Amino acid sequence: MTVRLNGRERDLPAGATVEDAVRLLGVARREPGVAAAVDGDVVPRQAWARTRLREGATVEVVRAAAGG
Amino acid sequence: MAEVHDPLLIGGERLASRLILGSGGFDHLDALARALAESGADLVTVAVRRVDSAPEGLHRTIADAGARVLPNTAGCHTAREAVATARLAREALGTDWIKLEVIGDRHTLLPDAVELVDAAETLVGEGFTVLPYTTDDPVLARRLEDAGCAAVMPLGSPIGSGLGIRNPHAILLLREAVEVPVVLDAGIGTASDAALAMELGCDAVLAATAVSRAREPARMARALALAVRAGRDAFLAGRAPRLHHARASTSDEGLPELAGPR
Repeated sequence: MTVRLNGRERDLPAGATVEDAVRLLGVARREPGVAAAVDGDVVPRQAWARTRLREGATVEVVRAAAGG
Repeated sequence: MAEVHDPLLIGGERLASRLILGSGGFDHLDALARALAESGADLVTVAVRRVDSAPEGLHRTIADAGARVLPNTAGCHTAREAVATARLAREALGTDWIKLEVIGDRHTLLPDAVELVDAAETLVGEGFTVLPYTTDDPVLARRLEDAGCAAVMPLGSPIGSGLGIRNPHAILLLREAVEVPVVLDAGIGTASDAALAMELGCDAVLAATAVSRAREPARMARALALAVRAGRDAFLAGRAPRLHHARASTSDEGLPELAGPR
């Protein structure tokens, strides 16, 4: 299936989870300070592995950046 | 915690430093770390960005310096975007403090007051400790205070402009209008700007560009820290009044006659 991950269309296997999407971006398993949202709603870290993505979902994975 | 002299009381916390550092404009973490150390800041703002654009380590650099992270909603133009960003920031950084920026114009980076108040109300309702970046309008500041914001953060001049406090009288009026802490945020260019903010009665100063784009950021960070402390002491000391005419500082009593016979 295709999801929009951090602004780019990506192919993920059917049944892929938020955890899979985060891994795809190179975020290490235990790295703190990262958050994810699907279609604008925050998905808590503890729910990443059990939250399956649907076709066409918009996923954003963020961390702290210099600014402000 | 050891007794802190004249702490900044904000959002239920007691902070030793009245200088808040912005991380914006720092290309390298070690430059930020040096400036942070010289600034003595307890609070450092960060933005929230896609991991592809945000190298790892910023959060840890700030924590290693013994400072707290204050996430912001930089880049947001609507209440909806700002609220969504704040929720992500809370999840990522484990704090419900948020510096709320809702920008209405790309050239001036001035806040959109309508969206700002809307976002503030929503976020206060969700338990956030909201510190809104605002204009120097006392009426808007009072609205933000009434909405439950923990402070108000008026700009001195546009973000990154280094133009200092363009309308000191407005900052005075705003200070009189609210009881929450007032943090002068945006436009600080150099030490005297920071000292002036504190002399006007502000409780704290936030500076980013003044430090990150100085030729020697760490030295400027130290200068700002000293200026904030100096301005604060000057404010607490109660300055001598401004007078229209001269008032001699030396009494005429006991003045010897030394002119001799005419």
